Amino acid sequence: MELINLALKAIFVENIVLAFFLGMCSFLAVSKKVDTAMGLGLAVTFVLAITTPLNNLVFHYLLKEGALTWMLGDTAQDMDLSFLGFIAYIATIAAMVQIVEMVVEKFSPALYAALGVFLPLIAVNCAILGSSLFMVQREYDLAESTVYGIGSGIGFWMAIVALAAIREKLKYSNVPPGLRGLGITFITTGLMAMGFMIFAGIQL
Amino acid sequence: MNKETNAILVDPLHLKNPITLHVLGICSALAVTTKMETAVVMSLALTFVLVLSNISISLLRNKIPGSIRIITQLAIIASLVIVADQVMKAYIFDVSKQLSVFVGLIITNCIVMGRAEAFAMGNPPLKSAIDGFANSMGYAIVLLLVGFFRELLGSGKIFGITIMESVNNGGWYFPNGLMVLAPGAFFLIGLMIWLQRTLTPEMQEEEN
Repeated sequence: MELINLALKAIFVENIVLAFFLGMCSFLAVSKKVDTAMGLGLAVTFVLAITTPLNNLVFHYLLKEGALTWMLGDTAQDMDLSFLGFIAYIATIAAMVQIVEMVVEKFSPALYAALGVFLPLIAVNCAILGSSLFMVQREYDLAESTVYGIGSGIGFWMAIVALAAIREKLKYSNVPPGLRGLGITFITTGLMAMGFMIFAGIQL
Repeated sequence: MNKETNAILVDPLHLKNPITLHVLGICSALAVTTKMETAVVMSLALTFVLVLSNISISLLRNKIPGSIRIITQLAIIASLVIVADQVMKAYIFDVSKQLSVFVGLIITNCIVMGRAEAFAMGNPPLKSAIDGFANSMGYAIVLLLVGFFRELLGSGKIFGITIMESVNNGGWYFPNGLMVLAPGAFFLIGLMIWLQRTLTPEMQEEEN
């Protein structure tokens, strides 16, 4: 029950794009067509589901204060490597994205064709690193961080597909010249964020 | 100052602004601008990281093998961000708490990666340093403007000093709560882009 609650919160209430502004760059750049938005959303969800729990393990077994005792014994009791967090998480993410890309290419060419171009982009997507950092800050355990990773991914997926659908319809409207393209996209996103605010406070 | 240096220095402020034209680094631009204080600190941190990363990547540009350049750049940027984060935790802990994860997210701030890839990989260190500085200033201008309006309209304050007394404290100003929330940030940046592109029509896009 706790976990379902957490997932709902990650998808709707604290939507990673609309409430925390993470992953905005690709959110705005790759939302011109619904097809490509679906592809990117799927890739982000996939990578988030893998990297968030993995970074949780990295934090608990390598970086946290005294985390190295399982390897080095009592001498490591006072070791605190958490200041290395950023570089460790980004290395994990970059490596995982590379591995995922190779595995997908080998075993599922169809999925690779759909995700291919987006995977390298994802290594520098703030949503991925952001949810790892939030996971550490909020002290989730392994199960919670898996659920949180998947939930944030689905939240991103839903938001980007919704924005792409709106932008496809916007093609037929007469927008003032200065507002065309980026400007109107921002305003649309703002209205979407307002819409998502109605979910605030929902709990099971 | 010759023409080229001038162009490197001035273009990112307006015509090639990293946020309003290239749509880079939006995440932090929106998230840290509820107050002027956090906006200023964030801009300083980004300037530090961007200038130093541009210099170091430019110095190493002939030694970095093409196939692993992204991860090399990430390693350099991440180390610089760790330094910035540690300094902020040591000297301005309150602000660093408010910025929460967004300092760490400078690593994935597209401006830093984008400038490293587009400029520092092909230009000498001094030019790259100027480019890094100019782009941080372009970023800072947008951040400060958005921060100014969000803090002024959202809580009637600038840098925490009351400018317009709010109704709750016996004044006359009704704070606009929307400005402090996420949608307010989106609307403000959207309006700024509209204004900028109406004034300089060559920046306008053809399609929606």
